[in-house]
Amino acid sequence: MALSREQIAMRVARELEDGFYVNLGIGIPTLVANYVPEGMEVMLQSENGLLGMGAFPTEEELDADMINAGKQTVTTVKGASIFSSAESFAMIRGGHVDLTVLGAFEVDVHGNIASWMIPGKLIKGMGGAMDLVAGADNIIVTMTHASKHGESKLLPNCSLPLTGAGCIKKVLTDLAWLEIEDGAFILRERAPGVSVEEIVSKTAGKLIVPDHVPEMTF
Amino acid sequence: MAGFDKVVNTYEEAMAGLESGMTVIAGGFGLCGIPENLIARIKEMGVKDLTIVSNNCGVDGFGLGVLLEDRQVRKMVSSYVGENALFEKQLLAGELEVELTPQGTLAEKMRAGGAGIPAFFTATGFGTPIAEGKEVREFNGRPYIMEESITGDFAIVKGWKADRYGNVMYRHTAQNFNPMAATAGKITVVEVEEIVEPGELEPSQIHTPGIYVQRVIKGTFEKRIEQRTLRQA
Repeated sequence: MALSREQIAMRVARELEDGFYVNLGIGIPTLVANYVPEGMEVMLQSENGLLGMGAFPTEEELDADMINAGKQTVTTVKGASIFSSAESFAMIRGGHVDLTVLGAFEVDVHGNIASWMIPGKLIKGMGGAMDLVAGADNIIVTMTHASKHGESKLLPNCSLPLTGAGCIKKVLTDLAWLEIEDGAFILRERAPGVSVEEIVSKTAGKLIVPDHVPEMTF
Repeated sequence: MAGFDKVVNTYEEAMAGLESGMTVIAGGFGLCGIPENLIARIKEMGVKDLTIVSNNCGVDGFGLGVLLEDRQVRKMVSSYVGENALFEKQLLAGELEVELTPQGTLAEKMRAGGAGIPAFFTATGFGTPIAEGKEVREFNGRPYIMEESITGDFAIVKGWKADRYGNVMYRHTAQNFNPMAATAGKITVVEVEEIVEPGELEPSQIHTPGIYVQRVIKGTFEKRIEQRTLRQA
């Protein structure tokens, strides 16, 4: 079975470490916040200028001046800080964020990522994604392994305009956990009940399959 | 006005001197911390062919979105746009030009512009469509692209509190792009919720020192929420 959105978030959460500052992109990455292991402290960075993002507010706490990068109303956790956009991107571009999780349309064996623009469709913009992928060392991309029509999104070369070049080393799809090294995807783990053959058939870029590929457990 | 007193009492005075064809830098992220009354005044003035530098372009009928209604904007410099139907329509009709700029690069363009730095190098965007035509230099083995800074004829800023001398504090995440915008305008206009006397704000807590600010006005704000997300109490 392919991983559910929640299982993808749960698997990413296993990469968290105590004391990490983490930026979570919009969509599935946001769900990672729900699976921080008990007893572990992480601070969520939101690129509009907040370090220490908390839960959504109650009706009483609701404040128009307190939002996250998805423009949702939020609260702060104890020990949070708030700052300007320049300061926020100094953290991101200066490599101070420990882990960045974001979605993508395509990744390739060179570590390129395409996530913001489909030619011919309305282009809304890259927001902070180009800064995040260029600035972070530790990035996890979460995405579906193939399109609804079965076309692989793990490619020899991205076909869509890039968000960043040569910056992705870890990818979690609904089928597999992969690393990118020396021009190839390396299959590290597979989703429960998903065969290596299925992953091979849905990976268009060069794929290295080690002798033993453990199944994820949840 | 006398000495360092920057307070003006009407929005006519606040935006006096703005002309068609000028560049306006605006603070705000989404609808949070936007100078909503200064934007409304620009609509009233009817000036056209504006270049607006702002992370986003408001929504239909609110924020910078209102300037699209009478086609006052020629060009937007933004990181994320298209939350409004009118924007999309004008873009597809070729009536509006958009220069998409990564969010951190946009913040840095304003910051550097205000600090007298004409350009800077960044890894952001290297190898992507936004790097086309830009100078590439290698530092410590990594390629960087050159980005030019931005200054504006006007900067419009939303603060929380200001004193009469134009020292400004922002509230929560309504800070966002406002402090950088404030530094990058030839004429910087700040609208705030409260104006106090000099000396009432703690000097070390001021986000934007008054030296950057030419005009301060007190406004009342709707503060519309774009995504009202709640949890159960």
